[in-house]
Amino acid sequence: MKLLVAIKRVVDYNIKVRAKADGSDVDIATVKMSINPFDEVAVEEALRLREAGIATEIVAVAVGTAQSQDVLRHALAMGVDRAILVETDAVTEPLATAKLLKAITQREQPQLILIGKQAIDDDAAETGQMLAALLNVGQGTFASKLELTSSHVTVTREISGGQEKVSLPLPAVITADLRLNEPRYVKLPNLMQAKKKPIETVKSSDLGVDLVPRLKLLQVAEPPARAPGIKVSSVAELVQKLRDEAKVLS
Amino acid sequence: MTILIVAEHDHHELKSATRSAITAATALGEDIHLLITGHGVDKVAQAAAKVQGVTRVRVADDLAYTHGLPENLAPLLVLIAPDYTTVMAAADSFGKNLLPRVAALLDVAMVSEVTQIVDQNIFVRPIYAGNLNATVQTTDPIKVLTVRATSFPAAPDGGAADIETLPTTGDTGLATWISTEIHAMDRPELSTAHVVVSGGRALGSAERFQEVLSPLAAKLNAALGATRAAVDAGYAPNEWQVGQTGTVVAPDLYIAIGVSGAVQHLAGMKDSRVIVAINHDPDAPIFQWADYGLVADLFEAVKELENSL
Repeated sequence: MKLLVAIKRVVDYNIKVRAKADGSDVDIATVKMSINPFDEVAVEEALRLREAGIATEIVAVAVGTAQSQDVLRHALAMGVDRAILVETDAVTEPLATAKLLKAITQREQPQLILIGKQAIDDDAAETGQMLAALLNVGQGTFASKLELTSSHVTVTREISGGQEKVSLPLPAVITADLRLNEPRYVKLPNLMQAKKKPIETVKSSDLGVDLVPRLKLLQVAEPPARAPGIKVSSVAELVQKLRDEAKVLS
Repeated sequence: MTILIVAEHDHHELKSATRSAITAATALGEDIHLLITGHGVDKVAQAAAKVQGVTRVRVADDLAYTHGLPENLAPLLVLIAPDYTTVMAAADSFGKNLLPRVAALLDVAMVSEVTQIVDQNIFVRPIYAGNLNATVQTTDPIKVLTVRATSFPAAPDGGAADIETLPTTGDTGLATWISTEIHAMDRPELSTAHVVVSGGRALGSAERFQEVLSPLAAKLNAALGATRAAVDAGYAPNEWQVGQTGTVVAPDLYIAIGVSGAVQHLAGMKDSRVIVAINHDPDAPIFQWADYGLVADLFEAVKELENSL
């Protein structure tokens, strides 16, 4: 069985991003970039399905600039079989990304498509659901456990207050929650080897997808700061402040 | 300017988050329709008709809608969406699952987790775990939004809307529900509780997490929350996790106990009205966000706090 894993290059999760001075966008010119952590979980799950003998081939795909080769190399170092870069200089919104991924899916014909439940830059949590819609297949979102057979996937989903289990006929789209697994560490020799592996590049313009943004970004700003707080010296003082000053205790 | 809100409910009553979405919708227009989907939803439809601000309740009753599967609900939404300028839902696990699917089928962009409505086309939403806010303007003929419930108060009762029955679209066969396991709670629901008592990894074990925090939470009628580190260590179940990747809360009082204040945790609670932090480490980042910080041994301090309430 062939699996497709979609990954995104994002600002590393340890970096505190700032707005540009003119508030026009996020300032990411010089910051460290990494694979989106949720997508890394999706890659790991695909690898485990191959190691369990259920999947036979894993293709990783990224949509982005030529620099997105970094995260494809990371996926190759983790162990995926092939990598495809859908190259575009435009920043694609989730809908456009989903359309590009649909084009790659139709070419590759995977039985299962895995993607992170959200990217930690725009926090949209839309692309997987949109891809499932465009492909007219089932969606197992916020997945914390998968059971895959040759015809179906049973997905445990994290929902408000608990879990839900659904069964989807293949092909289907899965969006990975962090609880699905803990990704393996990439060893340096694997990373060196991955640098030599080929990455296929597809020009987004060759896929016939309209990438024109539907949303206009008007401003990026830091949220209003909280008024500075105080340190209290005892529990008694804390209780007194909560009662008399903050009025949150009766 | 007619707005459609996709309601979330448990077949008995509306979720409080849906009431928040109704309040948000009042900033967009006066004609607000509420879509109730499910099987055997008369009771919840009657209740929905009484919510202030709702002008019409549209009911789609079908066995295929019982469990809110997006594969079955999206075709219904696509059918009725052209009647509306905006289709919206609360940004919880139901709305976040369904609405992107609807947006893609309508070939329109979506705006997720809206925290502020500037005008009918301009919305503010958090990005980068809430470290920044983006203001975006939509250009599509139909706007698809999810709104963050903690940013809008729940709409009270006080309306009298018409109830209309819709034709349904049936089962697509693209998904089958197997089971739902909702963890029994003797505490208020985390996302809507007025008080949240939250613990970090400093609690040390699942047993101590319960032993130390439960009595305090009981006294305050608070929901229990946890950091991702505490959840990953197995001290607390996943659905207690507060943060960028867990539940976003904004209670009147948030008490962070043994919480260091990781960025991803702060993203989930920094809009709380009053934040209290109790931690033995005076340099813990949580103190920069706390209205009241207490540097102390958490086990002693929590016991003392509980006894003085």
